[in-house]
Amino acid sequence: MRISLFITCYNDTLFPETGKSVVRLLERLGHEVDFRYEQTCCGQMHYNTGYQAEAMPLMRRFVEVFKGAEVICIPSSSCVGMVRDHYAKMAEAKGDAELVQAVNDLLPRIYELSELLVNKLGMEDVGAYYPHRVTYHASCHSLRSLHLGDLPLRLLRKVRGIELVELSGVDQCCGFGGTFAVKNADVSAAMLAEKMRCIEDTRAEVCTAVDNSCLMHIFGGLHRQRAGVKTVHLAEILASTEEESAR
Amino acid sequence: MLDAMNTARAEILDRIRKVNAGAGAQERGIAYQGIERGYQQAAEVSGTVLAELFADRLREYDAQVYETTGADVRDAIAKALAGHGQKSAVVAVALPEHWIPAGLSWRTEVDASTDAMSRAAGAIASCEVAIAHTGTIVVRGSRRLTLLPDRLLCVVREEQIVETVPEAFARLQPFAKDALTFISGPSATADIEMTRIRGVHGPRFLDVVLVRG
Amino acid sequence: MSIRVGGAADAPAFPKAAPALLDDAQLRKNVRHATDVITQKRARVVEEQRDWQQLRTSASAIKAHTMRYLDEYLLQFETACTEAGGQVHWAADADEANQIIVGLVQKYGGREVIKVKTMTSDEIGLNKGLEMNGIRPHETDLADMIIQLGRDEPSHIVVPALHKNRQQVREIFMQAMGLKELGDRPEDLTAAARQYLREKFLTIKIGISGANFLIAETGGVCVVESEGNGRMCLTLPDVLITVAGIEKVIPAFRDLEVFLQLLPRSATGERMNPYNSLWTGVQPDEGPKHFHVVLLDNGRTRILADEEGRQTLHCIRCGACLNACPVYRQTGGHAYGSIYAGPVGAILTPQLFNMQHAESLPYASSLCGACYEVCPVKINIPEVLIHLRGRLVREQQSEASLEAISMKAVARIFSSRRSFEAAQRLGRLGQWPFVRDGWITRLPGMLGNWTAVRDLQPLPKQTFRSWWRKREKEKRNA
Repeated sequence: MRISLFITCYNDTLFPETGKSVVRLLERLGHEVDFRYEQTCCGQMHYNTGYQAEAMPLMRRFVEVFKGAEVICIPSSSCVGMVRDHYAKMAEAKGDAELVQAVNDLLPRIYELSELLVNKLGMEDVGAYYPHRVTYHASCHSLRSLHLGDLPLRLLRKVRGIELVELSGVDQCCGFGGTFAVKNADVSAAMLAEKMRCIEDTRAEVCTAVDNSCLMHIFGGLHRQRAGVKTVHLAEILASTEEESAR
Repeated sequence: MLDAMNTARAEILDRIRKVNAGAGAQERGIAYQGIERGYQQAAEVSGTVLAELFADRLREYDAQVYETTGADVRDAIAKALAGHGQKSAVVAVALPEHWIPAGLSWRTEVDASTDAMSRAAGAIASCEVAIAHTGTIVVRGSRRLTLLPDRLLCVVREEQIVETVPEAFARLQPFAKDALTFISGPSATADIEMTRIRGVHGPRFLDVVLVRG
Repeated sequence: MSIRVGGAADAPAFPKAAPALLDDAQLRKNVRHATDVITQKRARVVEEQRDWQQLRTSASAIKAHTMRYLDEYLLQFETACTEAGGQVHWAADADEANQIIVGLVQKYGGREVIKVKTMTSDEIGLNKGLEMNGIRPHETDLADMIIQLGRDEPSHIVVPALHKNRQQVREIFMQAMGLKELGDRPEDLTAAARQYLREKFLTIKIGISGANFLIAETGGVCVVESEGNGRMCLTLPDVLITVAGIEKVIPAFRDLEVFLQLLPRSATGERMNPYNSLWTGVQPDEGPKHFHVVLLDNGRTRILADEEGRQTLHCIRCGACLNACPVYRQTGGHAYGSIYAGPVGAILTPQLFNMQHAESLPYASSLCGACYEVCPVKINIPEVLIHLRGRLVREQQSEASLEAISMKAVARIFSSRRSFEAAQRLGRLGQWPFVRDGWITRLPGMLGNWTAVRDLQPLPKQTFRSWWRKREKEKRNA
């Protein structure tokens, strides 16, 4: 299968390892990955912060860039949520019938990474090896927008060598919330503190999730505390094998 | 004042109508009929199981349940009252007099002042319908009676018990304009540290005589 | 017209109010405990209810339908209630409502009134209005009593005094009730309240209540409660005045079958709350001889006019969204500065003011969606929050503000591959002054809010697309 990667603006810039891992993983599974350079951002930050007018051209751009792609993989559930929850409405609000059609064509071809692996490719064991104690944090979009359920956990359970520990308060928001982390930093910090406490209670070495936005926020706090726990995106765990050393 | 209020009335309705480019009552009626109601509206449980479910729910909130047959209601009431030494009661007007135990000192709710009711040893009432799933007793009228005395004894007949809330409302439709009180346990509060305390203002003790057969 | 929502117009913005509350360890413990207890109870009774989702769907549909024909249903209610011996009054705003109610109390010669819990009366500032006219209101809900006697403000829709512990309540009661001795067990405190209030219930002739539901078909009113003080105030006085927002109306008697299954489970985690009272107009044998309903607008018709925002009016005041909210969990209700706190408060309060006040509230959310998940009438609160943020940006934001300029600049960066890649390079170069020992720990301006709490990893040397480009080149050369 030819899989088009939407890396997302922040993964491209801040977490290239996640993108590399997605490529390695999908190629290992025998698929062809393509990357369209014209991609930039899905528009979520602008849309959610109230700058819906500024998000519109970004939305159009996304739809245009991925025209004709057979399957689009996005290693970020919040960006998938943006596309699924808002793009159709945005197009309709413009009264642009062609755009509405293009969005409707696009939506069924969009997959978050774990959706792609389990639902589209029908696999749970992707041949990964990751000998570490790991706990999984369920990001809000993955839970309530995408309804991923336990897809990521099913993938993690099949990773050889992994020691998977359940996180209490797994579905509690970590406190990132995009611009919320900056506009309401105090409350964001309080929410982060509770999340970190739950993570540290698991004695895990690694906290994983399907969103680097959450992980960036969580790791920012863990590192500030010198907690000795790191965060790793699900893609990087699944891409890891005996041949390549895990980070 | 009246002018100001009529103005307010006109303004409010006007603002609503501007928004809702209104259609007439007929369209409204059709739209109302078209509302999706996929929730449970009929019983899935019946007969003795239903009565047992109801009794279980009552016991869950510490009501005393006295099961009896149609012929022995008076004895069951007598037993319930004797259980805590109650010698007098205020009684609902609708309660059949032959249910009232011999030797009990009683008067009806219309003959009791509010103060007297507040000091009464207990109340005896019947109900309109009971809901098994939620452990609810619905009383028609008798508002002071079922509120002021510290004890309430309610007689519920098996045929009055339905399983679900929607069934209860179907039965209550003819009485939609009456004063109805849904009682589902003694009054309670959890306002202090979330510790649930029973019996704040209403009766603290509830006895139910459940008439079967 | 002057809209009032308690003291919300003058309350400090959420980010200003939050820090002090975050420092209150007692409050945070109480809020966490209370919300944990209710959410667990709720989860149990919801899971057991197999048709829960169908009930939510119907409730949402009934509310949407009612809003669509709101004028007709209000008129139907007015006619039916009047026929049954009640009197219906209309108030465009808080002041008018207070005037009407004070006028009625004076007409009946009352100097004191007993009140059942109604947030609507807090919204319009009724107690102050009564007191200014020499009328003494007595709150009879245990929590509202604690708040009133302790001269405090409610911090939750359903459990308003959850921020108080038993020792604090004991002190308040001893002082207000003139008690020399009082235990501090919840049973002792409740018993004291029972005795203190019984005397008032039996003697005060005028009662004031709110309404959970107004029934258009019959002209009836439904009040949902747990303690029994509602029943006291609705039954014993000679005069009853019920004040209710216009959005409380539902089409028919049978529609209660939906809401009475959703509300108790959502509010207190019970299959059914202890007491529901339903009455219509004036009853010949029992109950008040004079019954008045005050229908309140106070900004609601304007919310109705906002197609995206009007679902806010579906709210049945269950408080489930507060209990589920991870933000509320940390701060409690006072941070919102409004009688309506938490997620629903964040959308209702500013909209009542047509976005002229409480503008910080739509941002007091991480958009996690837990509220939408538990809302019994399926209000899409995150969507309304985003919509309100958009309104604030469009209606109030200065184009010259730093935020607007930055947002527009970032959007331009994302508008082409070239500008995006240039910005990536610039970011990598420009970050060096801020990188210490491989980490960014302090950033200027607004971004400093990030580094105040969290470290930030520097931008990696190679972006994903650079890696990809290099790899493609190597493949081509091979």
